[in-house]
Amino acid sequence: MEHLKLAKAGALTVAMSTVAATAQADDLTLCWAAWDPANALVELSKDFEAKSGHTMNFEFVPWPNFADRMLNELNSGGKLCDLLIGDSQWIGGGAENGHYVKLNDFFDANGISMDDFAPATVYAYSTWPKGTPNYYALPAMGDANGWFYRKDWFERDDIKAAFKEATGRELAEPKSQKELLEIAQFFQEREIDGKTVYGAAIFTERGSEGITMGVTGALYPWGFKYENTPGKYDMEGAVNSPEAVEALEFYKEFYKTATPPGYTNSYMGESLDAFKSGQVAMAMNWFAFFPGLYADPNTGGDKIDFFVNPPQNQAGSTLGGQGISVVSYSDKQDAALEYIKWFADPEIQAKWWELGGYSAHNAVLNDPGFVDSQPFAGDFLEAMGAVQDFWQEPAYAELLLAMQKRIHDYVVADQGTAKEALDLLIEDWTEVFEDEGKL
Amino acid sequence: MSERTIDTVAAATPEKVARKIRGLSDRAIAWLFVGPTIFLLLAINIFPLIWTIQLSFTNYKANRVGREVKNIGLRNYERILTDSDIWLNMQATAHFLFWTIFFQVLIGFTLAWLINKKFKGNDLWTTVIVLPMMLSPAVVGNFWKFLYQPQIGLFNYIVSFFTGAEPSSFEMLGQVNLAPWSIVIVDTWMWTPFVMLICLAGLRSIPDYIYEAAEIDRASKLRQFFTITIPMVLPFLMLAVLFRGIENFKMFDLVVQLTGGGPGSTTELTSINLKREAFEKWRTGYASAYAIILFVTVFGLASIYVKALNKVKER
Repeated sequence: MEHLKLAKAGALTVAMSTVAATAQADDLTLCWAAWDPANALVELSKDFEAKSGHTMNFEFVPWPNFADRMLNELNSGGKLCDLLIGDSQWIGGGAENGHYVKLNDFFDANGISMDDFAPATVYAYSTWPKGTPNYYALPAMGDANGWFYRKDWFERDDIKAAFKEATGRELAEPKSQKELLEIAQFFQEREIDGKTVYGAAIFTERGSEGITMGVTGALYPWGFKYENTPGKYDMEGAVNSPEAVEALEFYKEFYKTATPPGYTNSYMGESLDAFKSGQVAMAMNWFAFFPGLYADPNTGGDKIDFFVNPPQNQAGSTLGGQGISVVSYSDKQDAALEYIKWFADPEIQAKWWELGGYSAHNAVLNDPGFVDSQPFAGDFLEAMGAVQDFWQEPAYAELLLAMQKRIHDYVVADQGTAKEALDLLIEDWTEVFEDEGKL
Repeated sequence: MSERTIDTVAAATPEKVARKIRGLSDRAIAWLFVGPTIFLLLAINIFPLIWTIQLSFTNYKANRVGREVKNIGLRNYERILTDSDIWLNMQATAHFLFWTIFFQVLIGFTLAWLINKKFKGNDLWTTVIVLPMMLSPAVVGNFWKFLYQPQIGLFNYIVSFFTGAEPSSFEMLGQVNLAPWSIVIVDTWMWTPFVMLICLAGLRSIPDYIYEAAEIDRASKLRQFFTITIPMVLPFLMLAVLFRGIENFKMFDLVVQLTGGGPGSTTELTSINLKREAFEKWRTGYASAYAIILFVTVFGLASIYVKALNKVKER
């Protein structure tokens, strides 16, 4: 009888512990933008669910509303997201306003080293203050602004001959920004297969970040700097340097002479549409979209090729991409950290790249087969070696919107000169930094 | 009859409740009814207004919880009123307001006057004309964005048909000189039916015997129009102008869908600019001052206008 009681008590204990173990399985919500890589992450995360017992939910917001929606969520201390793949520019605000959990101790305890990730991505996506070993995110998605073009048009003999006749050189991937413009102007309003096509789709969007991300693709290769001395906020002579003025004038000329009509407010979606509909010979966009473009049945495969943002005075690409952070308002931080640990595993990172995500892990990037693994892999590596990012200050939104206004006013709305636009931008940014107590 | 109702209600009131009410004065009962409304009004209108006024004198930013909030006096007001960009936004808003109201009143009144004539299919035409204002502004914005598309848009082709200009030679939403008119056209298309309905109500309220008397006095149709129709419809027209003026002063959704405030800041109306300051830049103190300035402007203009409206009614 006593044995029976003991057996019952034992069974009860086992049952209780099973229940307890089940209760520890959490429903985690990961927030990110709604785009191709997000679908790859859903697929990848099934492995985490199987291994951890946690359930993954996803909140994907379209890009135009992503910053608004997520920053509102963070500012209100919302618990919607346990994990957030936030834009690189949010890291300052995320850290200073206490939205993100500092990950240093967690990394140390779990043997995650930031040396295992590409230095540019660690600097841009994880650290605050910039460059210090204070980590608030794990590099999740490396990205930069690159270019893609109609390879089938570039290879056509009639087009090649016409280009040679017009410019005196061979039609090929551009080696400089000025060559890029020349090619775009060559294709502008050209008849190809009975259809009028245009040079290139570039970013001109006004509302969020579009035109800034586009114009920096010209500014960085010309040698644009935000400050004369890093950390001093001394912008006069840097932001409005002669090189910056020339680059801005170049971008305006590009917009006026080599883009399709009506592209006054276009960003990622419009660029993809213009290319896929056969309207443009070239287009700029984030590397994140390149796997999808390559797989496109109409304009992908043999018809498309990719190139890194061409240099001018120097190499330079606009940084995209994001790090993954644990939201400090989450009640499930332990489970969220488990996800980070799982995600940092080199095997998972390799699978992430296979599925269409851009791993920033050295084990993936330095793999001898990486460059040939995708037609754009080599360009991605090259771009990540020369990326520059926008201000990552806590007041980044004010800084960004000021630039959106000044650049759009000059490039699209024809107001003032390039020098005036950049001078006004310095005034706006100075006001912001004064408010911040940094000037 | 009413005494009977009162008796019935009194008899049906439970004794406990009746005893409590019996001790209350008329004033107390009045407060009992009005109290919840006043509480709600204070909670959702007056309190936020007072709080906004208070915030407008600070450097508060809603996204920077730990940041020290400093009282900066009239600095926000000074910055707003001396900011040339904000005056450009005000100009864009004034342009939008003036021309939308002008066209809506002109076309709305004309349509109402035509519809008021008894003809076959009168009701069908009224329904058809009223359709645009039943649509969501977001839908209308997207719909017109396609119509204005320089390569495939119907609008450009229609203009091209009449003028001979190449359809892709002009961009309604992308050109600085055309974008302000593009939003005026869409708002007029959408809201003219509203003005028409109000005018129609005014026209139908004019008794036929006045026109009959004028006919007997041999007043011409033109004279009848200017001495009977216009004066009697004027209060209705002014009401329509007031409604459209207030609505268009806070216009946001339609313009955001169409132009996003661009090109540059050409169509950035004050409401769009205010939203950017408050919820994108998170300059809460600054945006509060901005909102107070706009509130005072609208309130002041509306008060003057309502006084004028009352004078017209009294005539």
